[in-house]
Amino acid sequence: MVTESMDTNYLGDEEIYKENILDHFKNPRNFGEIKICEICHSELNPTCGDMVKIFVKLKNGNIKEAKFKGNGCAISMASASMLTEKIKGRNLKEVKKMSEREIHEMLGIHLGPVRLKCGMLSLKTLLKGIEIMEERK
Amino acid sequence: MSDVDKVITKNTKIVSVTHISNVLGTINDVKEIGRIAHNNGALMVVDGAQSVPHIKVDVKELNCDFLVFSGHKMLGPTGIGALYGKEDLLNKMSPFLYGGDMILEVKFKDSKWNDLPWKFEAGTGPIAQGIGLGKAVEYLESIGMDKMKEYEEFLTEYALEKLKEIEDVEVYGVDNAKERSGVVSFNIKGIHAHDVSAVLDREGIAVRGGHLCAMPLVTQVLGQQSVVRASFYFYNTRQDIDNLVRGIKKVKEVFHGH
Repeated sequence: MVTESMDTNYLGDEEIYKENILDHFKNPRNFGEIKICEICHSELNPTCGDMVKIFVKLKNGNIKEAKFKGNGCAISMASASMLTEKIKGRNLKEVKKMSEREIHEMLGIHLGPVRLKCGMLSLKTLLKGIEIMEERK
Repeated sequence: MSDVDKVITKNTKIVSVTHISNVLGTINDVKEIGRIAHNNGALMVVDGAQSVPHIKVDVKELNCDFLVFSGHKMLGPTGIGALYGKEDLLNKMSPFLYGGDMILEVKFKDSKWNDLPWKFEAGTGPIAQGIGLGKAVEYLESIGMDKMKEYEEFLTEYALEKLKEIEDVEVYGVDNAKERSGVVSFNIKGIHAHDVSAVLDREGIAVRGGHLCAMPLVTQVLGQQSVVRASFYFYNTRQDIDNLVRGIKKVKEVFHGH
């Protein structure tokens, strides 16, 4: 059991490949491209070669549609799939505040320092994409 | 090996080659490569980080100009290693670090360097690490490097045979265990190396997953995004390999459901 006082990297006997992660990995949601969109950005996790590209279409400051493409480990792909579901319909300002904590909550597991990079890749890609879009304005 | 002749030319100054590949386990014929290097007037530098801990290495036999190895891959401490160099070459070289013990005489305008090896050992050395590495060498020698190679061959042969029997497992490198050291890199089709190593970790099996610090080899030569590597040493047994095989089957169960 992971308790409050324990290191968040502690995994104990917790199963990393929970049913929902494997499901999102095997049947990714929102997998594909959006031809015309405001945000389109890709990032690479150089330690393992995971690649994620995120596409976001906006309407009145809200995320109307989000899709992703990429390849990599189950954690990075499931995380991207879940993230696109999670951000749909949400306000861009809210999304910009998302952090590691939300990714952990979303995946429902505690990731160690190595796999954290896999889990964070999709959010990192999205945030960078937003930054690039805002710089362009 | 067939390309070495074409790659090394009269324009080559230094040939730097790994003795044993940390990805494929291939034992390179560094003696022959060194001969070609010398025929072209180049210096031969050998990376012995993977060979010194696993096979008998004789720098005079290999006739290399330089050879390096690291303590942490041979049961020794981290942060220490050794550089061998031919005496005449080291004498010709200037120090690259300055500090205590590397000078014989210092004046306002010029200095005289100390003799070898102190010329290259400026300042207070890592004393504990030095003693630790020395003990590691003694210990490995007490086991015997020929015996070590023979035992690793026995394990590698068994591992290659067992891994190749598993469906969807792709093993990289040469088939003959005599031509390689005790590392076996592989992939399970459709499952990322990090996912494989995470499940194996849960099964109590420690492997490495990723590019193994050899990204061009993994991505451009093997055409893989990453690989899983199992490494053996003399403390491993055939039972460990049986456990690995069981672990791989567990990985397939988790991801493929069979």
